[in-house]
Amino acid sequence: MIFSRNALWSSRRAFRFCLILLVSLAAGCTRYARRADLVIVNGPEPESLDPAIITGQADGRIALTLFEGLTRYNPTDATPLPGLAERWDISPDGRTYTFYIRTKAVWSTGEPITAHDFVYSWRRVLDPLTGADYAGQLYYVKGAEDYNTGKHKDPGQIGVSAVNDKTLRVELVDPTPFFLDLCAFQTLAPVPRNVIEKHGDRWLMAKPLPVTGAYTLVSWRINDRVRLQKNPLYWDAANTHCEVVDLIPCTVATTALNLYETGQADIVWDKELVPVELLDKLQKRPDFHTYNYLGSYFYRYNLNRKPFDDVRVRKAMALAVDKKRLVEKITRAGEQVASHLVPPGVANYKSPEGLGYDPDLARKLLKEAGYEGGKGFPRVDYMFNSVKTHEKIAVELQEMWARELGIQIELRNLEWKVFLQAQSRLEFGLSRSSWIGDYNDPNTFLDMFMSNNGNNRTGWKNQRYDELIRQANSKFDPNEREKTLQKAEILLVREEVPIVPLFFYVGQELYDTARFSGIYPNIRAEHPIRTIRVHKQPLEQTSLTGKLAANDHAR
Amino acid sequence: MYFLRRLLFLVPLALIISFLAFAFVRLMPGGPFDRERAAPSPEVRKAMEAKYLLDKPLLVQYWHYLEGLLKGDLGPSMKYRNHTVNDIVLQGLPISLTLGLSAFLFALGVGIPLGFFTAVYKGRWPDYTGSFVALLFFCVPALVIGPVLIMFFAIKLGWFPVALWGSPLHVILPTVTLGIYFSGRIARLMREGMMTTLNAEFVTTARAKGLNETAVLLKHAFRLGVLPVVSYSGPLLADLLTGSFVVESIFQIPGIGVFLVNSLFSRDHTMTVGLVLLYAVLLLVLNLIVDLVYTIIDPRIRYE
Repeated sequence: MIFSRNALWSSRRAFRFCLILLVSLAAGCTRYARRADLVIVNGPEPESLDPAIITGQADGRIALTLFEGLTRYNPTDATPLPGLAERWDISPDGRTYTFYIRTKAVWSTGEPITAHDFVYSWRRVLDPLTGADYAGQLYYVKGAEDYNTGKHKDPGQIGVSAVNDKTLRVELVDPTPFFLDLCAFQTLAPVPRNVIEKHGDRWLMAKPLPVTGAYTLVSWRINDRVRLQKNPLYWDAANTHCEVVDLIPCTVATTALNLYETGQADIVWDKELVPVELLDKLQKRPDFHTYNYLGSYFYRYNLNRKPFDDVRVRKAMALAVDKKRLVEKITRAGEQVASHLVPPGVANYKSPEGLGYDPDLARKLLKEAGYEGGKGFPRVDYMFNSVKTHEKIAVELQEMWARELGIQIELRNLEWKVFLQAQSRLEFGLSRSSWIGDYNDPNTFLDMFMSNNGNNRTGWKNQRYDELIRQANSKFDPNEREKTLQKAEILLVREEVPIVPLFFYVGQELYDTARFSGIYPNIRAEHPIRTIRVHKQPLEQTSLTGKLAANDHAR
Repeated sequence: MYFLRRLLFLVPLALIISFLAFAFVRLMPGGPFDRERAAPSPEVRKAMEAKYLLDKPLLVQYWHYLEGLLKGDLGPSMKYRNHTVNDIVLQGLPISLTLGLSAFLFALGVGIPLGFFTAVYKGRWPDYTGSFVALLFFCVPALVIGPVLIMFFAIKLGWFPVALWGSPLHVILPTVTLGIYFSGRIARLMREGMMTTLNAEFVTTARAKGLNETAVLLKHAFRLGVLPVVSYSGPLLADLLTGSFVVESIFQIPGIGVFLVNSLFSRDHTMTVGLVLLYAVLLLVLNLIVDLVYTIIDPRIRYE
């Protein structure tokens, strides 16, 4: 067949037109003139950057970079260091804190940061209308819980007051050994009153946005990136290293790894963003880091349902689980098996041992409970949310219980929100669960199983347990407090067993220590961006990073 | 007149769709404020539900929503609490439009010639090869083709970035990933359309008049042969322009495709309804345009 020149020419013209159209369309999306000094793959798109209302860790990392509180995290071990407060006094009974705010501390727009900013911000967190899911972080302050739960409407009754512009007094219900840790948490950071009152929910889009932290917000394009720029007015700006930082939202592990491998990103710091299939390979690399993390994986029993009202059944099922198999075959990132709930390495505490793996004892207990060889055991379900790892663990547990005890369990795979609703309404037999600590103290794990805690979700109510937790938190002596908390945990994981811990999470991150310093593994997986330094010339590994760590620690 | 009537008909249709979407998302179990961490007090939860009117009867909620809609306001997002649905659509839609239009042009640019030639060379080797290629395009899902393209062109050869958005180079791989399936479909539609037309009497007449083959194919047969592709283009374009969950996820592209799916999972009701409405209006308008294009291409078609 022969085509006329004319027709060919016109089709060429059409092709060229399409090409021009494409290129011009694409050119329309060029936005970032330069690559940031540091690009971090951060995890899911932040639901918010308002420190008072956020709950996600990815959100918190950005919020803390923008809004610093009275204390700030030490990059090496995430313990609290002086932040906007240069020092503080603690009363002999441990119940009154007086913070002295730095004279150098100013908002990024130049106004001084005062004690009144803190009073406003904490009252805002506690106001039910703010909808702060983390308001509980302030319940240690006198009058705070009653205000948040609507028992009184007077914010003046909350135990936080400005003695003068630079002095803040806080009165606590109990001596709270982790209160300085809480002060570094984003919920307690000061926020700009004028801007919030002017712009309402959209206050973070205000230009300029006054912040107190090491970086200011340049742009926040949803699902694209958050761009930060060094705040020259930050009190410690001399030790903030990177000028421009991009935080990229990403939820697909392979995409995160691709970005990292091709140099489009420098750091991947979310454990969910490491492809499990590649763990064997990654673990051999020097730029892959794993470490103990403040998180536990466990399952809950529903004690309102038979046969889980019988402690022998709960213990029998716990003893029949070979936890080692779960971490070696499924999770595979070096997780430690758990017999207790509070992760190892937590501050102020060492956990007592809980139940181990003992199938013989398990069968004996089940027989005592009247279900020898699983005979007559009611149909129960194990509920989990649709995530591959949870599913694999569920299948493994199902198999273990069938093999060791002759019990048949039904697996129930639920979509996330349906799962949460079923869990809080106690519509399950067994439920997959996990918990990430909110502060570095055993209480963040143990207080959730108090009878009236909204996170209990087991139907287990134990007065002695409640009493022990309350007693422990009113004690000033750390040793006595630890002993009391241990008694409570023994009740939880050895004697009453409303939950069965399976393993402790590990932090998993990708970054090259030869090119980046100032980032250290720690139990909170808190890596302040201000201390991260980029080296054009790769570093001699151990000696220099060690020195930098020592310097950061000194500050 | 006909088109004016159809344009007017759009309004009640969009209203019905928005109401159905509004009612259905609220029937789902679980709500936007069911979280792993329980709200610290029932008062906090109540305050949140009151803020987004979730404590009001459905019709009252919908009435408030309509009031906003009249002013062009799709409401606040219940998940991204510092953003309104408008904010997110305004940021994401241009990106989804760019990607969708590129993929659309790619699909047409590949599919139409492929279908055309396979029809013209029917029963000979170019037909078999071309049809096989079209079938291949048609069968391999984006979930497979995307990573393969990334692996080869971005990681091995380093020609394109592996993900993200921001320069013309970022557009190429997602365009191919998104468009390739549709190019296969278009090729098949085009081939069928051409084959039917080539057997028609007017083509025989044209040939009998002594017109050269190029003129017969391009001037006479093509015009009618392309009609099935045109009618498919309307819904296809609506589909592509509103973004793709898979492609946007693989390439981490900040479009609105991911939001439609994720908003359902997070029970971000206002976001779901807003995006469904956007999609519906786009689909209705594009179908109308397709019908208009028909009358231009095929003079035998008239609407009363």
